[in-house]
Amino acid sequence: MNGNGRPALELRSLSKSFKEKKTGRTLEVLSGLDIEVRPGRLTCIVGPSGCGKTTLLRVMGGLEAPTSGEVFLGGKPVRGPGPDRGMVFQEYALFPWRTVLRNVTFGLALKGIPAREARERAEVYLGTVGLSGCEDLYPRELSGGMKQRVAIARTLAVEPSVLLMDEPFASLDAQTRNGMQEFLVDLWMRTGTTIVFVTHSVDEAVFLGQDIIGLSRRPARIVERLENTLGYPRTRTDPEFTGLRARILEYLVKEMAMERKI
Amino acid sequence: MKKWKVLSPLIVLALWQLLAGLGLLGKSTPTPVEVAQGIYQLTVTGFPPGYRLPGHIAASLGRVLLGFGMATLFAVPLGILMGWSPAFDNALDPLVEVVRPVPPLAWLPLALTWFGLGMFSSAFLIFLGAFFPIVLNTVSGVKSVDPYLVEAARTLGAGEATVLARVLAPAALPSIITGMRIGVGIGWMTVIAAEMVGVKSGYGLGYMILTARDVARFDYVVAGMVVIGVIGFLMDRLIKAAEKRVLRWR
Ligand SMILES: Nc1ncnc2c1ncn2[C@@H]1O[C@H](COP(=O)(O)OP(=O)(O)OP(=O)(O)O)[C@@H](O)[C@H]1O
Ligand SMILES: [Mg+2]
Repeated sequence: MNGNGRPALELRSLSKSFKEKKTGRTLEVLSGLDIEVRPGRLTCIVGPSGCGKTTLLRVMGGLEAPTSGEVFLGGKPVRGPGPDRGMVFQEYALFPWRTVLRNVTFGLALKGIPAREARERAEVYLGTVGLSGCEDLYPRELSGGMKQRVAIARTLAVEPSVLLMDEPFASLDAQTRNGMQEFLVDLWMRTGTTIVFVTHSVDEAVFLGQDIIGLSRRPARIVERLENTLGYPRTRTDPEFTGLRARILEYLVKEMAMERKI
Repeated sequence: MKKWKVLSPLIVLALWQLLAGLGLLGKSTPTPVEVAQGIYQLTVTGFPPGYRLPGHIAASLGRVLLGFGMATLFAVPLGILMGWSPAFDNALDPLVEVVRPVPPLAWLPLALTWFGLGMFSSAFLIFLGAFFPIVLNTVSGVKSVDPYLVEAARTLGAGEATVLARVLAPAALPSIITGMRIGVGIGWMTVIAAEMVGVKSGYGLGYMILTARDVARFDYVVAGMVVIGVIGFLMDRLIKAAEKRVLRWR
């Protein structure tokens, strides 16, 4: 954790529109967002479904170019994807033809790390996500939660300065999801990685986030910014927890209601 | 159910023996027993005399392997490029679609002027027969690669060359192998036809069959057909077995 004042990741008046292929109309998805992600912190972004959360994260990751505005990583403007911003997708995106170990060494080899060292480093990260002993399995042999942990290990192994996660636990069953949330908090406390976590679940945002950013419905603007000072591990029955959740839910419900009126 | 796999060919063989034995299939049609004897004679004496069956098989297989190998060598990289780049695809797809329906045999006159009689002309026709199924399957395999895999690779630091070689190629491998299976099958059928018109002496199953017909040795003709069928079947099995090993991850 570098304690200096500069944000790890910064978005300045960032907007993004898509041209709809069929109609030719432009669809505004992100509208003038200013976001500062502080280093070493766990930042959650919540918003109603379809508001542009994935788009926002993809712009941060460099997979999508902003229509206007800029993204800075450690003060430098971002152009295109790169190993300094690790991404974890909802769909896991593991390479099915590679074993667990070779999924994790993929990015290491690209960094020019020699095979032996890459192997050792991959084993360390697989240990970090609790998957020691699974090195030689293929992705199809893993459960959803295990797949996502491999994906996290693969991303962490290249040691990005920011970890970007797009609803990584959304396709897991409720029980596994809770387990993975606890796992992520624990992992984050051990590694100190800067994390940006996108979700449409208020509960998940309050359980994980130190900084919580609430987005409006599309085009997404920031309508809520708050700090969650509850210590970890958090208990969902804690009155402060439920209070915070209620507050964010209230704004989300308002956003949804407005949508219905239109 | 499984016993039918054995039983039905046996019934066909018995019927064939019966009908041909009674002369009901025309004078020229040999019986299965005569065909078996034909295979034996082809193996020990050879036809034309001295040109034995293993030699014919080796010659035909050699041509197929050369043509099929070259086809794979060119078709896979081309298919990957076409699947990856819409510009490549747009530029080459019309050409592929126009050349593809031309039967390989129609190329023979030109092939003979380019390569002369023999090995290379036949191999060229096989190349043409095998090339297109491999290209088309590779293209469709690359196009159906999950875009998330490509994006994941990019965020891990992969450039275009790495994406092509380490993501698109392995992800498309199942389709590529399917294309190769179809390609080798077509190549095998093509070699027989190519040898019938493009080989004037020496070895080759197609050449052997045509020579046998000229002297009305229909037992050799059918013996050749049986050998062709069995070898085609074995090649397909071989590729299937290789596929199972290579695609263990599925
Ligand atoms: N490449 C694209 N081209 C055109 N429109 C797009 C594209 N990507 C996203 N959109 C549109 O942008 C809007 C926001 O999509 P996005 O996936 O970012 O929302 P989201 O908040 O992640 O949704 P969800 O809750 O379903 O995950 C949607 O209306 C979507 O149809
Ligand atoms: Mg999304």
